[in-house]
Amino acid sequence: MNFPKELKYTKNDEWIRIAGDEGTIGITDYAQDQLSDIVFVEYLVDIGDSVDKDDTFATVESVKAAADVYMPVAGEIVAVNEDLPDAPEQVNSDPYGEAWMIKIKVSDSSQLDDLLDAGGIENLERDH
Amino acid sequence: MFLPHTDADREAMLHTIGVEKIEDLFKGLPEKRLFPEVNLPPGVTEIEALEELQHISDANETTGELISFLGAGAYNHYTPAVVDSILLRGEFYTAYTPYQPEISQGTLQAIFEYQSMIVALTGMDASNASHYDGATAVAEAVNMAYHNFRGKRQKIILSPGLHPHYRETVHTYIVDSDIQIEGEDTPLEAGPEALIPLIDEDTALVVVQYPDFFGRVHDFSQFVAAAHDAKALVAVHVNPLTLGLLKPPGDFGADIVTGEGQTLGIPLAFGGPYLGIFATRDKYVRKMAGRIVGETKDTRGQRGYVLTLSTREQHIRRERATSNICTNQGLLATAAAIYMSLLGKNGLRQLAELNYHKAHYAAEQIASLKGFELAYTEPFFNEFTVRCPKPVSELNADLIHFDILGGYDLGESHPGLADHMLIAVTEMISREEIDHFVEALKEVTNA
Amino acid sequence: MPEPTIFELSSPGRQGAYFPEPDVPRTEIPEEILRDNLPLPEIAEVDVVRHFTRLSQLNHGVDTGFYPLGSCTMKYNPKVNEQTARLGGFAKIHPLQPVETVQGAVGLMYELQEWLKEISGFSGVSLQPAAGAHGELTGVLIMRAYHKSRGDHKRIKMLIPDSAHGTNPASSAMSGLKIVEIPSDARGNIDMDALCAECDDTLAGIMITNPNTLGLFEEKFMEVCDCVHEAGGLVYGDGANLNAIMGISRPADCGVDVLHFNLHKTFSTPHGGGGPGSGPVGVTAELAPFLPGPIATVIDEGGEEEPPLYGLVNPENSIGRVKAFHGHFSIMVRAFTYMMMLGGEGLKAVSEHAVLNANYLQARLRDTYKIPHDRICMHEFVAEGHWEDVPDVHALDISKRLMDFGFHPPTNYFPLIVPEALMIEPTETESKETLDAFADTLIQIAEEARTNPEMLQTAPHNTPFGRLDEVKAARELVLCCWFPEEEED
Repeated sequence: MNFPKELKYTKNDEWIRIAGDEGTIGITDYAQDQLSDIVFVEYLVDIGDSVDKDDTFATVESVKAAADVYMPVAGEIVAVNEDLPDAPEQVNSDPYGEAWMIKIKVSDSSQLDDLLDAGGIENLERDH
Repeated sequence: MFLPHTDADREAMLHTIGVEKIEDLFKGLPEKRLFPEVNLPPGVTEIEALEELQHISDANETTGELISFLGAGAYNHYTPAVVDSILLRGEFYTAYTPYQPEISQGTLQAIFEYQSMIVALTGMDASNASHYDGATAVAEAVNMAYHNFRGKRQKIILSPGLHPHYRETVHTYIVDSDIQIEGEDTPLEAGPEALIPLIDEDTALVVVQYPDFFGRVHDFSQFVAAAHDAKALVAVHVNPLTLGLLKPPGDFGADIVTGEGQTLGIPLAFGGPYLGIFATRDKYVRKMAGRIVGETKDTRGQRGYVLTLSTREQHIRRERATSNICTNQGLLATAAAIYMSLLGKNGLRQLAELNYHKAHYAAEQIASLKGFELAYTEPFFNEFTVRCPKPVSELNADLIHFDILGGYDLGESHPGLADHMLIAVTEMISREEIDHFVEALKEVTNA
Repeated sequence: MPEPTIFELSSPGRQGAYFPEPDVPRTEIPEEILRDNLPLPEIAEVDVVRHFTRLSQLNHGVDTGFYPLGSCTMKYNPKVNEQTARLGGFAKIHPLQPVETVQGAVGLMYELQEWLKEISGFSGVSLQPAAGAHGELTGVLIMRAYHKSRGDHKRIKMLIPDSAHGTNPASSAMSGLKIVEIPSDARGNIDMDALCAECDDTLAGIMITNPNTLGLFEEKFMEVCDCVHEAGGLVYGDGANLNAIMGISRPADCGVDVLHFNLHKTFSTPHGGGGPGSGPVGVTAELAPFLPGPIATVIDEGGEEEPPLYGLVNPENSIGRVKAFHGHFSIMVRAFTYMMMLGGEGLKAVSEHAVLNANYLQARLRDTYKIPHDRICMHEFVAEGHWEDVPDVHALDISKRLMDFGFHPPTNYFPLIVPEALMIEPTETESKETLDAFADTLIQIAEEARTNPEMLQTAPHNTPFGRLDEVKAARELVLCCWFPEEEED
């Protein structure tokens, strides 16, 4: 499983890439592997929305499972990857690149401290 | 009965299990009242059961013996012999939900074709594999529209022209939600325009019926435009047979079409099982409840079909699913598919016209009777409302002596309309029988 | 060979059913209400018959072979049911006919209500719900209405075991309840500690399937009910598995307050490729006033010469109707026929043999397949379709391989608490020979998994279709074989 060093992670397998006060968010390689072939991505937020930490901002589906995707930290939505719903297979092929989901303006950067680093998520105890 | 086990089988099986007698298999159950006495009549053989059921059946007076003008959501139509003969094939009849597509292509393709014909009939983009009936299809439309706006729009407008059972069902379904229902008390005479002032940016859905419960065919173009201006969805409930003739709701902008498919080859059977039709636009497909069949290919490169978009459903999404539907009306959707295939483009049109002409002849004859008049001026299909000189309950009690089941007594659902009769005339009624009905009405009102 | 679609078989000008010319004068139809085009297929009668006959031949049904689909009770359904349901006095009556003209039908409904009460121990039954899940929604609405009628508005929590069908949490959520999942313990029972910890004054109730979806009778069923009742909650029984306990144990006697019957499963209506079902709801006396109407009742007892007069009424605090008209009447006729033929003793024998058959299969398979909760089961059991020594063979592969031998596979991947689940419900109508043939095949497949795993992974081989690509179906989404643009010319 691939967990790039420069990213921060949640226990629920979201990642966030920080550049200044902006964060880019997606789901991990492990999550896409567990879900298998992704067939559908839907956003539950719009640009301009302020969304709390742990709120659902998207749903990702394979043919057998539906997973909610949560905000790693609170923030205002500044961009949504509009191409992804038309090419959901990118979540499988490039989870940390093409398959970024949203960009946010982080509202409280201290929340970043609660997230895992690459080592932390790699050693996370999983149910299966 | 219906058990193939011999004594020797039972003994061998118990031995393999490692218990002495069948009762031993129930040792872990609460001892309190284990093996209660079940006080049912003793069992009988097939010959006796059939005799008893025939006896009970004979205690009913049927639309086969009486001349029936009852409609109001369930109609007496002819079902071609092919429909039941195909349905009874055990491979269709005794299969369940096609969870294993490799050995269920018959059901899957039949339902796919049903979906396609519903799309053709309604002018929508996609249909599901069915709901329980017209009422629950409407309730699911309400549910879908509410979730489409993620609960941010809480107003649902129901036309007073929507079947009273359907309105009641919607109220039952939404009782514990924050949905507000409006519109049901707008004046009956006013038509869909009367709903326009109620539509606002809090409105998720407006539901109308076409033709409405009273038989009227409205022009919905202004009304749909107003709803869409407020970004509300519009659901149009139909009797699919009328669409053999009438403009499909897709033509005037409906977002959802629900229907009662009983008119597509399904027996009256005292109210069910019937067929809930549900179709919508492409952009709402993933919000639609119920099973959906989609086309794909198998490992050998053959075109085939599977249940698709299952992640919307309760077995995957559990408490996050927007509907709990599991078992649907698969067999009745298959019946409707066979029925629509048989009649096809020309047969359905021919049948729709036949209904139209008979009903209009009946309406004209009845309206010419002293004291009777058509209650509304809008066009109608095969059902219309007549204002009568006496309460309908009294008329119907007299008509039964003429072997006539009179039309629906609107006083039962609308207390102010006790002298209004809703009359349905289908291809099953001959001109002679219409004339007999008119004569009978004349007699029972002169007395 | 795939069958062409009905649209592909169409030729302009053909027709498969005809109607007479009007015997009344024609009335002009206003142009503005007419549709331009009716794009339905055009096919002769014989070709419609052949098309659907060929389609039917691509299906597996109970009439063609063993169908041990767990949780679905795919028993053989007597053919006489089809005859009785089609009698003119049942098939040709209108739901809004005056009740005096349908005394046979309403009387049958009344009798069926009484028989269902007798089997279950309840005081009230409504036949209106259309299917099991519809019965669940009805039952949950009744529970909420009951609490509200007592001014008890804070009861918004529903407990649901993790082994439950997805319909249970979905039905509760539709009624706005908050769902709390209760884990199962190592013996496959509800975890009592976890349950009791949630029993407080916000508890609306619990939805419990017993026997549960592992095919096991809850060993502390009475204690579960007591614990919920003491906290002021109600017990909803999912009657999906009633086929195991008729004449053996009555849900109401054990403490269940409301239960739905799967009339089509337990009382024999063929499943029709996905339905219709019928989901009557039974309740205790306390909950009876909340049942959805109409309910069949005796209006006048009659006398020696006079038959009783039956009528349809609405209970005083009814939650209202849950569908149009009176429910799935023709399924009630089938259930009535079935119950009449079996009688009380016969129904008990049904359950006994359903349990016998399941335990026999479980015993035959125990050495080959892991049974994670291995004890006497009820009418079904759950095995694991996976072995540690052949990690690349899965329950799905075993299921697909079963098709090559003419068997419908068990339910796969449910209940969720057993990995690689194979949920097997043989039903009582299967003979020892059929069960043996099925067990022998499963044992042979386990052997093949070791010797020739590819045989399983690429199965099925002998069916008209190979595995279907579900990912392609979901990504490309073709839901209709007719496209408007193709029709315009």
